[in-house]
Amino acid sequence: MGEFRMPSLGADMEAGTLVEWLKAPGDRVARGDIVAVVETQKGAIEIEVFEDGVLERTLVGTGAKVPVGTPLAVIRAPGEAAAPPPTPEPVATPEPVATPEPEPEAPAPEAAPRPEPAAPPPAAGERLRITPLARRLAETKGLDEAWLRAIAGTGPEGAITLRDIEAPGEAAAEPAAPMTEMRVAIAAAMARSKREIPHYYLAQQVDLTPASAFLAAANADRAPEDRILMGALFLHAVIRAAREYPEFNGHFTDGAFRPSSEIHAAMAVALRGGGLVAPAILGAGECDLASLMARMRDTLGRVRTGRFRARELSEATITVTSLGERGVDTLLGVIQPPQVAIVGFGTPAERPVVRNGKLAAAMTTTVTLAADHRVSDGHRGALFLRAIDRNLQEPEAP
Amino acid sequence: MTSDRIEDLVRKELGRIAPDVDPGEIDRKGDLREECDIDSLDFLNLVTALGKALSLPMPEADYPKMRSYDALVAYLRAGSGG
Repeated sequence: MGEFRMPSLGADMEAGTLVEWLKAPGDRVARGDIVAVVETQKGAIEIEVFEDGVLERTLVGTGAKVPVGTPLAVIRAPGEAAAPPPTPEPVATPEPVATPEPEPEAPAPEAAPRPEPAAPPPAAGERLRITPLARRLAETKGLDEAWLRAIAGTGPEGAITLRDIEAPGEAAAEPAAPMTEMRVAIAAAMARSKREIPHYYLAQQVDLTPASAFLAAANADRAPEDRILMGALFLHAVIRAAREYPEFNGHFTDGAFRPSSEIHAAMAVALRGGGLVAPAILGAGECDLASLMARMRDTLGRVRTGRFRARELSEATITVTSLGERGVDTLLGVIQPPQVAIVGFGTPAERPVVRNGKLAAAMTTTVTLAADHRVSDGHRGALFLRAIDRNLQEPEAP
Repeated sequence: MTSDRIEDLVRKELGRIAPDVDPGEIDRKGDLREECDIDSLDFLNLVTALGKALSLPMPEADYPKMRSYDALVAYLRAGSGG
């Protein structure tokens, strides 16, 4: 009898809301089946089951927001005897997670509440610790000593400071626009990345003449639905290089780097409404260029309609980010923890290059690598970046 | 197909790709990708949908003739004999 739990879809995710059960108790399920849809900060995510069996019963009702790791359903393994019918209905929905405390709103000055004591106030008779500025403000506000003794100072040795007396919000500026859930999720992941990962950065200008010629020839007799985009060629070049340099593909967890035998390459995608997500093409390392392009179209199509799978977010082993045709020269990425590398492609454009000692105009892009110094050094990073360059000079290679 | 019906089709497919953009508000002679904030995959999806609806091959070599909204409508009209 196995439990099926609320998965973690990223280091920054604490909880998710169950929005839909796609299987009912008694239904047979196979590994990989989508059994539920969960709403997270990153949108609606389809959740797969990881074992074969029968959905014995659900433990969480739709609409419930539960922490990561909460059992959602019980899966009975094949051959296992059915459990006695559960007492009354499914187990009560677990306690909903406390929603994050809202930002304190700036109250109107006349309604300013007195600050709550946070530590035991000094006993009567003891000298009141208060800074001179705070005492002056207390006098102008007509606050008596009894009031001051009732609050806890936040200064040295519990001294009351100016800030303790100012009503919350009194000194605050205009209320800022609240961050969207998506922005909160991005901020949490990126702040963690910059806090924990010692990034180093490398860049290389890459001549795209062979890649452009290859695509023009390959696409000339293809119907639109079979055409290949430069973005797929970029992704393919990175995947080929990652096979050669495994220290850029995997996860850094619990103080150690764990290279991944499979390459699940994620693509950072800007969303029309703002924000971005980076779903992975699972098993991208096994794809040839045409199937990679088909997978890219499928994945990005689902991102745009707001549905992708949990594993597509949690199992990415390396990320590729590209500015497309309407961006700027160079993009320096921020690594998505627990990954250890992100490869960025600037906008392709005609730029000066030197060939055989002569200046020429050629289609180029600037490829960058941001990688984790706990795992690799600039020397290996440079070799990795040069492998990407070399792969783009031989776009037809598998 | 008349150019009105072609326009309806272009608006419908653009609306699918860029639902937040009102085709009535864009500069019809401006770069379509800029005007509708669409990337190369969006554009390929647009070309795929229009080609299917009108049975046109929409070769990549003709993309420069589809740069703006007006140019795209004119191209489709010429191609479908409308």
